[in-house]
Amino acid sequence: MLARIGHIAYNTYREAVRDRVLYNLVFFALLLVGSTPLFGQISIGLERIVLVNLGLTSISIFGTVIAIFIGIGLVSKEIERKTLYTVLSRPVRRWEFLLGKYFGLAGTLAVNTFFMAIGFFAALLYLNHAFGRSDGQLLVAIYFIVLQFLIITAITLLFSSFSSPLLSALFAFALFFIGNFADDLRGLAGILKGTQHWLVMGLSYLVPNFGAMNVISQVAHEQAVSGALVLQNSIYALFYATAALSAAIMIFERRNLK
Amino acid sequence: MSQSAIFKKPVMYVASGLLLASMTMATLTAHRLDEMRPQATLMDVIYIQSPRAVKVMSLGYTGLAACVYWTRAVQYFGEKHVLRSKRLDLLPKLLDLTVSLDPHLLPAYEFGAIFLAQKPPEGAGMPDEAVKLVERGIRANPDYWKLYYSLGFIHFIERKDYKAAEKAFDEGSKIPGAHPWMKVMAAAMAARAGDIESARFLWTQIYEGSDDKWIRRNALSRLIALRVDDDVIHLDKMVQGYVKKTGSSPSSWQNLVAMGWLQGAPLDPAGEPYELQPGGRVVVHDISKFPFIEHGIPEGENRSEFIGPAADKVLEKPGIAPK
Repeated sequence: MLARIGHIAYNTYREAVRDRVLYNLVFFALLLVGSTPLFGQISIGLERIVLVNLGLTSISIFGTVIAIFIGIGLVSKEIERKTLYTVLSRPVRRWEFLLGKYFGLAGTLAVNTFFMAIGFFAALLYLNHAFGRSDGQLLVAIYFIVLQFLIITAITLLFSSFSSPLLSALFAFALFFIGNFADDLRGLAGILKGTQHWLVMGLSYLVPNFGAMNVISQVAHEQAVSGALVLQNSIYALFYATAALSAAIMIFERRNLK
Repeated sequence: MSQSAIFKKPVMYVASGLLLASMTMATLTAHRLDEMRPQATLMDVIYIQSPRAVKVMSLGYTGLAACVYWTRAVQYFGEKHVLRSKRLDLLPKLLDLTVSLDPHLLPAYEFGAIFLAQKPPEGAGMPDEAVKLVERGIRANPDYWKLYYSLGFIHFIERKDYKAAEKAFDEGSKIPGAHPWMKVMAAAMAARAGDIESARFLWTQIYEGSDDKWIRRNALSRLIALRVDDDVIHLDKMVQGYVKKTGSSPSSWQNLVAMGWLQGAPLDPAGEPYELQPGGRVVVHDISKFPFIEHGIPEGENRSEFIGPAADKVLEKPGIAPK
């Protein structure tokens, strides 16, 4: 089972790295990250803050775009090219296929993030000429960005398991947008009463809580991120991605592929 | 198809000719448009005024949005400063948006308050707004003593409210890690509020404490103004002493040299001699070189904004007044 998932993941990774869209996005992300020292110079007093904010936001946004644009085609492309039938005619279960696809894309995103992070740290080194103790917190912010990618990839796979690529992209972007305001939804629920309160509260827990994973501003000000937050975010990402993947598997298992 | 084969087609020649000609014409037209509307700028509009709306639109990346708004505030201020504009109406809103998006963006409070507080065209001439901004910064960052310093500074220099300045310096001095001279400044405000020495001390701290070119240059021009004010006050005293002794005003600096009070015609920080006007009034020769001066302004002239070569000399050259 693990070997089958591994093979699919590896092939998904190979296919993804051959995608020209990926290279374009990574190129632009690196360009943006690399040019951050220039942005800092047109402001006053916050070269490092601009660099950290712009660099990490670029990594996060470009990674999200890559996750969604590649993720939406993972299942639909296989159906369109009829390659899915070849795969499923072998001793590969549908859920193994989905999990392989998920890990393949997650691996692609991890490798991309690694290269973008190298570009980011190179820009930081260019600005400060050395790394400080507080720069270690930047790795925590990057780790949270990767957790965010794991959730987005699972969500994208969930939508692409039953919907068209265009609608999947639309749903995934909408959920990414709403997920950044989960805290505000809970705030809104606090004001509302009765059924509305419970509906909005339920919705706020249903959408991914990306707000807690965004510590970019915090690390830009060299403020420490607590170990408890790292642990809780890791557990949350694990459970949320598992839930989204389980839903995707349930839908894909029942889907009529004829 | 080879490159030579491509260019055998007449349509390719026409298209390349059209491309070159059109691009040249478009560039020339764009240049002409720029000349026609030199003041035109997008900076004079803030499309979204609500911090809440900007927060939503920034998708949670509020730190980056704050940096963008702070950079925009700096660019807006710089542009207005170059144009010697006396109205900087958008500055308070831009700073409000910046600190609403990131309440911990300390440079926005420190430098933004200076931009707001100084009289036009060096600033927006809104010291009360500057005080509000710094007080907001203190509420969001109560452990950062430098904001108390900024607050005391604005009360002292721009608002001449020495009691409020003393309070700010005193409160700031109690914060762990605060520089010892915060206590000195609080005492100075209480004892001899409004003197040139205190102002010189504050501006020297700003000059030495900042790496930013604009901030340092602004502090330097303030120090020059204080040097001139100091010189003029001292020379005025000499003139009054001469009048007391001889019963008439000196007609030139030579009269004071003859008394042994001066070694020659006194020079301002730019190297020009101070002018002694009929009636014993002491003024600077060229006001355009001395922004911010309070004393020695020639009759009918206003304070100037030009920061001239005096800037480079002022820190190393002693003034007329004895130290």
